[in-house]
Amino acid sequence: MTTTQTPPSDTTSTDDDFMAGELPTRRQDKLFEGITTGAGILILLTLAGVAFFLVQKSLPSLELPAESLPNAEDIGGYTWPLLFGTVYSAIIALLLATPLAIAIALFMTHYAPSKLAKTLGYVVDLLAAVPSVVYGLWGIFVLAPFFVPVYDFLADTLGWIPLFAPVVTPSGRNMASAALVIAVMILPIIASVSKEVFLQTPRLHEEAAMALGATRWEVIKTAVLPHGRSGVIGGAMLGLGRALGETMAIALVLSPTPGLIGFAVFTAQNPSTIAANIALSFPNFGGQERSALFATGLVLFVATFVVNYIARRIAGESTGY
Amino acid sequence: MRMSMRSRALTAITLSSALVLAGCGGDSSDGDTETDAAAEDSSASEEMTGSEEMTGSEDGLSVSGTLNGAGASSQAAAMQGWIAGFQEGNPDVTVNYDPVGSGGGRETFLSGGATFAGSDAYLDADELAASEDRCAGDGGAVDLPHYLSPVAVAFNLPDITTLNMDAATIAGIFAGDIANWNDDAIASTNPDVELPDLAINPVHRSDDSGTTENFTDYLTQAAGDAWGYDVIETWPTEAGGEGAQGTSGVVQAVAAGEGSIGYADASQVGDLGTVAVQVGEEFVEYSPEAAAKILEVSEQATDRPEGDFAFDLTRDTEEAGVYPIVLVSYHIVCKQYESQEEVDLVKAFMEYVQSEEGQQASAESAGSAPISQNLRDQMTPVVESIATAG
Amino acid sequence: MQKSTPGASLETNKLSPLQLGGIVAVALLIAIAVSLPVPGTNVTMVVLLAGVIAVVATYVISRRVEGRRHAQDRIVTGLVTASFVVATLPLISLIYTTVSRGTNRLDMEFLTGTMRNVVGEGGGVSQAILGTLIITGIATVISVPIGILVAIYLVEYGRGQSLAKGISWLVDVMTGIPSIVTGLFAVGLFTAIFDPGYRSGFAGSIALSVLMIPVVVRTVEEMLRLVPMKLREASYGLGVPRWRTILKIVLPTALPGIVTGVILAIARVVGETAPLLLATGLSDEVNLNPFDGRMASLPLFIYNSYITPGVTVQASYDRGWSAALLLLILVGVLFGLARLLSAALTPKGLK
Repeated sequence: MTTTQTPPSDTTSTDDDFMAGELPTRRQDKLFEGITTGAGILILLTLAGVAFFLVQKSLPSLELPAESLPNAEDIGGYTWPLLFGTVYSAIIALLLATPLAIAIALFMTHYAPSKLAKTLGYVVDLLAAVPSVVYGLWGIFVLAPFFVPVYDFLADTLGWIPLFAPVVTPSGRNMASAALVIAVMILPIIASVSKEVFLQTPRLHEEAAMALGATRWEVIKTAVLPHGRSGVIGGAMLGLGRALGETMAIALVLSPTPGLIGFAVFTAQNPSTIAANIALSFPNFGGQERSALFATGLVLFVATFVVNYIARRIAGESTGY
Repeated sequence: MRMSMRSRALTAITLSSALVLAGCGGDSSDGDTETDAAAEDSSASEEMTGSEEMTGSEDGLSVSGTLNGAGASSQAAAMQGWIAGFQEGNPDVTVNYDPVGSGGGRETFLSGGATFAGSDAYLDADELAASEDRCAGDGGAVDLPHYLSPVAVAFNLPDITTLNMDAATIAGIFAGDIANWNDDAIASTNPDVELPDLAINPVHRSDDSGTTENFTDYLTQAAGDAWGYDVIETWPTEAGGEGAQGTSGVVQAVAAGEGSIGYADASQVGDLGTVAVQVGEEFVEYSPEAAAKILEVSEQATDRPEGDFAFDLTRDTEEAGVYPIVLVSYHIVCKQYESQEEVDLVKAFMEYVQSEEGQQASAESAGSAPISQNLRDQMTPVVESIATAG
Repeated sequence: MQKSTPGASLETNKLSPLQLGGIVAVALLIAIAVSLPVPGTNVTMVVLLAGVIAVVATYVISRRVEGRRHAQDRIVTGLVTASFVVATLPLISLIYTTVSRGTNRLDMEFLTGTMRNVVGEGGGVSQAILGTLIITGIATVISVPIGILVAIYLVEYGRGQSLAKGISWLVDVMTGIPSIVTGLFAVGLFTAIFDPGYRSGFAGSIALSVLMIPVVVRTVEEMLRLVPMKLREASYGLGVPRWRTILKIVLPTALPGIVTGVILAIARVVGETAPLLLATGLSDEVNLNPFDGRMASLPLFIYNSYITPGVTVQASYDRGWSAALLLLILVGVLFGLARLLSAALTPKGLK
């Protein structure tokens, strides 16, 4: 199509076109295109600004005197346990949430009646809309105490596995509780992406399987899941990105031990996460020390960037997400 | 240096209040040339009503304007009480206190971002030198110990409300060396208590805190070899235990789990059992009075400017009736400020804070220990001498 | 119950709904019986246990009666349904907790008062409500025009251009930025301009905008792509220039979807706490000036009432829960509004 047509004469009487008389349509169009392009470039500038300020503000951390950082010699020693905690909590949450999310997506697409499925979709969306600070309060007052007996049971029976090693913290403010809360928070993300890909399963494949006398599960196993695999993985990666950056819920629920790297999920000693640590330490860190928080923020920014990039590469192949 | 928005607004407010005061016969020596700019900027502030009539109150003349402070979160609860009490007496005043932490507060103060600072530590020599640049005149700043709070060692054991412990035992528990409640070290000082066979879950502050610093200072001074981690702001990873954010986090964590023990501002421990600490031959329960006594047995720091009240606490004292685990938090103010308005506000606020009424207000809002009459009498002339330069 | 004979056809040996119900009922009874002697059990754990027993029992029975394949199908059905129930439990528990604890303080004083001069009990959150409205409002005013313009660029002008591809990719990157990082960005930006202690509502709005813009771009983009090409071509055919076609034809057609998307984007950021914690801070009293001084907000108020409750802990927790309830209601209303609008305004022909 062409954009350089001159307006027909029968529309020149309107006010807008009076202005058009002063400014030729072609230039108006160019101007508007310029404005929209400018907005696009603003995105670029914003991201450049984010990167710039994170880098600029974290540079002083390289020269921080050792005693100014809690339980760490230098900025590397400070960041590494936090990065570990961030990735560790996110991966546990992901392992908890993904199977559940797939099940939910299957339930909405293949089990529930379509009217019910729609309502259920809203419920899942609502789960995503609850502010994380409310999840945090709920986690510390309801979820953590609720799961303490479960932790006790697991630590008693399976305590020989390092993951479940005792002693269970009586308050329940441990890695397991934090991961459970994040799992609840990322569930809707993974579920909704999975739902989209499951809905896109070619009808023909499913009908062919059914015609062969397959049960519903066999249809899902042979047609739906293979088709949706990359989409589910992409959705999980998106959930992972969200889990890495989750702040308030972890800040409230997790009992952090600065500088610790450890795998036990029930004990009172837990590695903290980058985001939660920034939120908790920022008010107490002045000037130079603050640069350490910016440095960890930069690491988090890069980490989520990489994860999201991979997620979209994978999910994009199957859904165009 | 570029003038910040906030401090411009502050100037606007203080200048406008200066006009009001000048109109009432007060003496305003500077600021006339800036009035126009101030009037323009003043649209940025909502607290603009200066009081035309001088309402007399117990504190003398009522002042108006905005006073900004920043600093230790330990005294944030006390500050709530002080601000509420002060603002009730001076309805046209807004006092802001930004709980940015002790270090942040001193930094903000020294860079001119706040009129006063709250800090758990007094200014060190470098900061004292820096304060001479920050403050008007050449007097620098002084430390005033306005907030005194006993730190309780609180535990959660069914049916036990108090336990006697010496410093070494407390250190052993928090270092993880004493792991069970029926340990001999605890039993020997509590012959009449039936201790349960239960794992001890020590809870500590996970954030940098003055409370941790004061607590470990006590352990370092009084427990000898039992505490091997020195005076620290951040809990060492190797010492183990459960970390919790802030005083409330510690109290919550202790209350949530049977067998837990933690240290926290005494005012917030609620129904939890508390430890009576061995001092000399007796065991002392925390109380505001016992906590206030620590300043009487402690030495003032040496090499300080005139009018400064920095204390080095003697926590291994054997003086009867002294509770040694105490957090002292200072207010750091200049001896001289640029403007009369700043002087009026700071002076009125600090006078209120260290008055009997003010100390009572913080005792109610934060459970702090009122400082002694003797100390108040010593500090009063210092606060009264705050003035403009020249 | 029918006797199962090996080799019998699948159709004759099916478990009836009644039989399945029986299995569930028995499982529940067993779970209760087993749990009762154990100290510290509660309803949820009994239900979970009953679920596990029911699934296992169904599998065993179905395998004997219906054969392996159908047994597998049944167990998957059971697991999928159970998963869904499990997934909704947190939401139910969360809403129940917030409502039951949040109604303690939902009175007039709470809605209209402030925290100025309040020590201990009482106090209100009008300053936080106003702050949240101002901060989110400014973020919306910034994000919506930018978001719409960027989407127009991507859909209408940038097709095939490498710049557009790059920007589209950057929008994806922006979607993934953790909220705390946007807070750091705002702090970095504003402390570079003003003093190191600078905090304001506007700084918070900027941080929220960084979170909001990509969401708006993606929604609007999706909606613009739904507008049929024919509509544009018809407009061009009449000689209407491209920019007017976009503003007068394409945008109005996509408007319901855009409005819905914007409301959902608002609902997403209105509860953000981390950026405001860094960039805005908290205030006890009403501050209507977003450019000067700290400003209260509901999410940070909630966080703060837990972190620094003062001496009267319960009063502070009560305020926190009531503020949480207010925030949930706000999010819920925004959500409901978006749904209603999308249902009511969607033009026929566009799903």
